[in-house]
Amino acid sequence: MSRFVGTLHLARLALRRDRIVLPVWIAIFPLITVASASATMALYPDEASRMIAASAINDVPVAVALYGRIWDPTSLGALSLLKLAAMGGVMIGLLAIMLVTRHARAEEEKGRTELLGASVVGGWAGLTAAVIVAAVAMISIGVLSAGGLIAAGLPAAGSWAFGLAWATTGMAFAAISAIANQLTRTARSANALAFLVLAVAFLVRALGDATGDSEAPSPLSWLSPIGWGQQVRPYAGDRFAVLPITVAFIALALAAAYVLDSRRDLGAGLLPDRAGRATAPSSLASPIALAWRLQYGMLIGWLAGYLVVSAIFGSIINDLSGMLDTPQAQQMIEALGGTSVMLDAFMAMEFSIMAFVTAAYGIVAARRLATEETDGHTESVLATSVSRWQLLSSHLAVALVGTTLLALSQGAGFGLASAAQSGTLDRMGATMGASVVALPAIWLMVATVVLLYGFAPRLSYLSWALLVAFLLIAEFGALFEWPSWVTDTSPFAHIPKLPAAPMAWGPILVLLVLAAALIAAGTVRFRKRDLAAP
Amino acid sequence: MPDAIVITGLVKTFGATRALDGLDLTVRSGEVHGFLGPNGAGKTTCLRLLLGLYRADSGSATVLGLDPWRDSVALHRRLAYVPGDVSLWPNLTGGEVIDLLGRLRGGLNPQRRAELIARFDLDPRKKARAYSKGNRQKVALIAALSSDVELLLLDEPTAGLDPLMESMFRGLIGEWRGDGRSVLLSSHILSEAEALSDRLSIIRSGRIVETGTLDEMRHLRRTAVTVQLRGEPPNLAGIPGIHDVVVEGEHITCQVDADALDPLLASLASAGVTSLLTQPPTLEQLFLQHYEVGTAASSA
Repeated sequence: MSRFVGTLHLARLALRRDRIVLPVWIAIFPLITVASASATMALYPDEASRMIAASAINDVPVAVALYGRIWDPTSLGALSLLKLAAMGGVMIGLLAIMLVTRHARAEEEKGRTELLGASVVGGWAGLTAAVIVAAVAMISIGVLSAGGLIAAGLPAAGSWAFGLAWATTGMAFAAISAIANQLTRTARSANALAFLVLAVAFLVRALGDATGDSEAPSPLSWLSPIGWGQQVRPYAGDRFAVLPITVAFIALALAAAYVLDSRRDLGAGLLPDRAGRATAPSSLASPIALAWRLQYGMLIGWLAGYLVVSAIFGSIINDLSGMLDTPQAQQMIEALGGTSVMLDAFMAMEFSIMAFVTAAYGIVAARRLATEETDGHTESVLATSVSRWQLLSSHLAVALVGTTLLALSQGAGFGLASAAQSGTLDRMGATMGASVVALPAIWLMVATVVLLYGFAPRLSYLSWALLVAFLLIAEFGALFEWPSWVTDTSPFAHIPKLPAAPMAWGPILVLLVLAAALIAAGTVRFRKRDLAAP
Repeated sequence: MPDAIVITGLVKTFGATRALDGLDLTVRSGEVHGFLGPNGAGKTTCLRLLLGLYRADSGSATVLGLDPWRDSVALHRRLAYVPGDVSLWPNLTGGEVIDLLGRLRGGLNPQRRAELIARFDLDPRKKARAYSKGNRQKVALIAALSSDVELLLLDEPTAGLDPLMESMFRGLIGEWRGDGRSVLLSSHILSEAEALSDRLSIIRSGRIVETGTLDEMRHLRRTAVTVQLRGEPPNLAGIPGIHDVVVEGEHITCQVDADALDPLLASLASAGVTSLLTQPPTLEQLFLQHYEVGTAASSA
């Protein structure tokens, strides 16, 4: 067991490095959970109102695809925590992936593992410490959430089922991240690979849930760690017997990660580097060309993902009329104004969530400015005859063009999938419009990165906090009945909900002007500040 | 020809730390200027100010007649910089980085590039993440030296190079200089600075404490003298400027100020000299003297 020597020291070091951030994350998840449960209780006091709310989800395939099914329409707990089972599963998966990469591959890439590896530290200690940090976070979140839900007045068994399902889902992605950390050389690509697995896991269960019936999902949902978490069915059966599946998966995935770890050298991935070009292509001659060279791989990955996701949702939505055959659903459609209005409403719902995902890409792409500076690359570029504006505008352009391409590919994928089934391109214009209309809000998020970067590269991290806050407003603002001055702070709240609502140019114009103003202010500030020491 | 770099009274603070505290420095056109100081003395801060990466709190700096903060783009077309800690894009090859940096500066000489790659024995097809520290340094040096520029700013450029490459680098700088081209060479490797530099400046706590040629610096310092006499040693105590006299029979060692050498030799000659050894102070002694005095003063 000499390979584990020093694990506890490293784990303590990692926990110390994260002593601020980690408690914040550990607190946020249970707080949202408890707040969401309490608000739902107030909103649906009796069983009848809960039945109606549940059928509004269960009878709509897009909603089932996004959130999963409510397995017991009378259950208060199942209704309260619906959004947190699927979306929360994704969020906790993201956290677990990033925690493992931050303490495993990122440390190795920066050369700190080498420094520690020369002392009395075993070969597996680094990976184990990273997994321990993730486990501490996941178990804390699970236990605190369960405790909070019990305190809020929900049944104990269901609360524990929920907490444990969350913790195990998170750990499953920690284990997936541990494998990804062995396969790639850089932290950035390890995260990207694990995020891809997370996205596929979400889509697989989305398809499985949407194509299942009221008794069980299709077998597809059983191929996804997020699906396993949902099939524990908290407050709707409390099937603890599902948990061992996730636990067995975690054990197998971790074992695979350790085997891979012992088969590679320090700093290496599993795929060896091939010799590259001895000279640069003639196009690589400007800051914008460099930014493109550094970022195009990630953008192509995102574009491919967007086409797949929107094609899947496009075809689900088009199946809507065929699948909505329950009497309640028919009634609801009549009440809301017919199938076409319903289609538009679901499309608006899907696209308003995807706007946050596109904004996340925009933040990643624009924040490359910050990582380039802290990695010491910006120093080399600015020491040549490149102006600060040229440098800043290079990654900004990638972020703006990239988010635009993503919005277009989403609209196109959605429209084409819909056309493939209906045989006409009639809806193409509507889907493109609904997708592109969110761009001003997305660009405003990119602009916040530029503004913060203008002050200091590390500050640009705050754009993530803003995005999370706006996402909470969008998902929970109505539920919590937050005052409008709170919900109106989110730029996403002002996007016209095309095609369900009419176009409004006023807010679009305001968002564009704001984005331009923030970018201008960030640029002015950046031109006056010292470069950060690497 | 105007001076390549003129700095007067430059001050740069980071919070409570005064990294540069009224620094004055002149690099003449066509000279290699050694910039000496230990870690943390302010060398890198000074170079980053000269590149317009930092903005000075007060004082002025002129590089090739331009303001490094305001005119940085025009200025950088005429100079090249090799940072002390070279960080390259991990997924670009060394060859690509050389071309990129050269083109961003405004062009590079392909023949010179090929020649330098051969002389530094660099494999330009490797991805930058696979390079050792020394190889990353070679990439930055080749990128800098392939461009047709008037001024080189080098921040401890040989820190990661092996002795063979280090001596090759010295040869290169020797060839490169001339034609009015200047170099500011920051270093703490004294032998390198001594071998390459026309003039030297020693920086301590953000100020230049001494500047000049090595000879000028030596001139102000004591020379160590060891003498073997034929007869009775003369009394040296009366001559001003002679210090630390140790007499052992007919053998004398002492430290002599430059202007006390004449009276010393006259007085020794009368006693009859069998052997005489004089040692001017080495750069290392000069350097250590400044820092030992500094530490003593600051701890007092």
